[in-house]
Amino acid sequence: MEPLVNVTGIVMPMDRSNVDTDAIIPKQYLKAIHKFGFGDNLFDAWRYLDSGEPGQDHSKRPLNPEFVLNQPRYKDASILLARQNFGCGSSREHAAWAFRDYGFRVLIAPSFADIFYWNALKNGLLPIVLDEAVVDELFEAVQATEGYALTVDLPSQTVTTPDGSRHAFEVDPFRKHCLVNGLDEIGITLQHADDIRAYEQRRAGEAPWLFQDLA
Amino acid sequence: MAVRTLYDKLWDSHVVRQEDDGTTLLYIDRHLVHEVTSPQAFDGLRNANRPLWRLANNLAVADHNVPTTSRAAGIADPVSRLQVDTLDANCHEFGLTEFDMMDPRQGIVHVIGPEQGATLPGMTVVCGDSHTSTHGAFGCLAFGIGTSDVEHALATQCVVQRKAKNMRVNIEGMLPAGVTGKDLVLAIIGTIGTAGGTGHAIEFAGEAVSAMSMEQRMTMCNMAIEAGARYGMVAVDDATIDYVKGRPFAPSGELWEKAVANWRELVSDPGARFDREVTIDAASLRPQVTWGTSPEMVVSVDGAVPDPESIDDPAKRDGYQRALSYMGLAAGTPITDIAPDKVFIGSCTNSRIEDLRAAAAVVKGRKVADSIKLALVVPGSGLVKRQAEAEGLDRVFVEAGFEWREPGCSMCLAMNADRLEPGERCASTSNRNFEGRQGYGGRTHLVSPAMAAAAAVHGRFVDVTRI
Repeated sequence: MEPLVNVTGIVMPMDRSNVDTDAIIPKQYLKAIHKFGFGDNLFDAWRYLDSGEPGQDHSKRPLNPEFVLNQPRYKDASILLARQNFGCGSSREHAAWAFRDYGFRVLIAPSFADIFYWNALKNGLLPIVLDEAVVDELFEAVQATEGYALTVDLPSQTVTTPDGSRHAFEVDPFRKHCLVNGLDEIGITLQHADDIRAYEQRRAGEAPWLFQDLA
Repeated sequence: MAVRTLYDKLWDSHVVRQEDDGTTLLYIDRHLVHEVTSPQAFDGLRNANRPLWRLANNLAVADHNVPTTSRAAGIADPVSRLQVDTLDANCHEFGLTEFDMMDPRQGIVHVIGPEQGATLPGMTVVCGDSHTSTHGAFGCLAFGIGTSDVEHALATQCVVQRKAKNMRVNIEGMLPAGVTGKDLVLAIIGTIGTAGGTGHAIEFAGEAVSAMSMEQRMTMCNMAIEAGARYGMVAVDDATIDYVKGRPFAPSGELWEKAVANWRELVSDPGARFDREVTIDAASLRPQVTWGTSPEMVVSVDGAVPDPESIDDPAKRDGYQRALSYMGLAAGTPITDIAPDKVFIGSCTNSRIEDLRAAAAVVKGRKVADSIKLALVVPGSGLVKRQAEAEGLDRVFVEAGFEWREPGCSMCLAMNADRLEPGERCASTSNRNFEGRQGYGGRTHLVSPAMAAAAAVHGRFVDVTRI
């Protein structure tokens, strides 16, 4: 996982509530067997005017000029500003991979759906929850100012606006540690292999039916 | 010990270690694996040269991409075929138990787990699929995970979690005849919203839930995620234990007796504290139909499409307007004036034998309306299909003009060839009515199996309790 310490980037507004993971990355792209290459299909059904298929040359597809991702002023955006319940729906981690592959590093919203939130953190993306009133202000500022950028600092857990006002955010301490250092979570868990074995031994005594093999 | 909720008990019994900040290593008893969210996890294990921690607790099946027409011809779409072949190859390489596409036990992962007794009360169950909450019907802590966690569970038999809050949805009174668990869970989502359960584990409780079959409970827990909750659950009772008894992977003999004694404790203690409680009246409930592009956009069949102008909250009003435009509906349209083009009976929500019986009871002796282009019945598993055929349900459906298909996820998410064309409207027993979910430009109305069957016969939505 690519470490994330601080990010200064252009902000792209996604001004709708309940954006679901089917919208973030439609089902046909879930047939991939690899973990990269989803960036061209982020928001596929909203971004293009046709129905896409995996393996297609997406650069030749007709773009929806109305859709925010296609507007030149947000071309280099790395921070997404969104509305409540962002990422609801399925557990597809492809949704997080699509943001990562496109070049986003930070997602800001008043609330996220649980599975998407944790998937993002495991892929070098930082989802930040800010108060609805603050998010409303940021939407206004982004829409009013071309090139509007924010600075996100993970160690100090702050978002700083161009005029210098700072907004603090919460982040799970373990995830912060992993994100700042780009750590592999499985490696960390396996440092506790003895604890897992001890649990299994105790549990097999208490509930032996849980340790019957499926065969 | 202090009084605890069912969720507290399930959580406590699976903690391997907990850090001071609340980060918890949680042990996983059962890992269900399917073709869509696992290839990258197996790649990760291979790249890091990591073995599976406990091979024998994993059960794999291909369900999302499989064709529902004849299996003998294989999968026509090469991209889908590669994904299913990759699952087969990974299971072979790592040694996982797999029901492959030709296995008579193959089916939707959330149907076969309980059917095989691979899902047992008190277990932690994970799968790279958000509808894993289904298994919570057995008093399990069951939740969907992303592919990073699939890899983590394969490698360590654990996932890293923080404890959620406790929420109880109390159902007061009994459901009227013909009103199902599907209608109830849609009504709950309509009441609390699609983010209403975010950060919470939901326990469904009350008279109507106690009276429900396990299959109805599965339907309810399945859609907990549509209310934002990763975990839905129901306490263990006689119905749970009767369902599990004698299943292929269930314990037997002395071990069974010991297990049952343990499972009896899987209930919330009297006086247990919930962070949030919601009460829903079952007795006045009518069959539900979604009209929009989020499961919370739902009304009774005797209602009408709402008017966005009546909504004060601007974000919600905007969402309603967008949904009406996508769905091609005008505000104020009675639900019974809406005419579907296609009907889909299936999915991990509603493809079990009782669902098929309920649909067949409506269809029997009637014909699918001429205006319906396609009416599909897709059983949840090979064994559900066999059972239905033994009862003659397949003939009821076929004689009425339905297509009787092979098991799989099918038109719930249209990863195989079963899908809506742009603009087509579907009465569907699945779980999500998101834009494009059942096919690019497709329009989904979520309903119960009996309501879908009635819509097929009448060519529009009707109140199945009044025909």
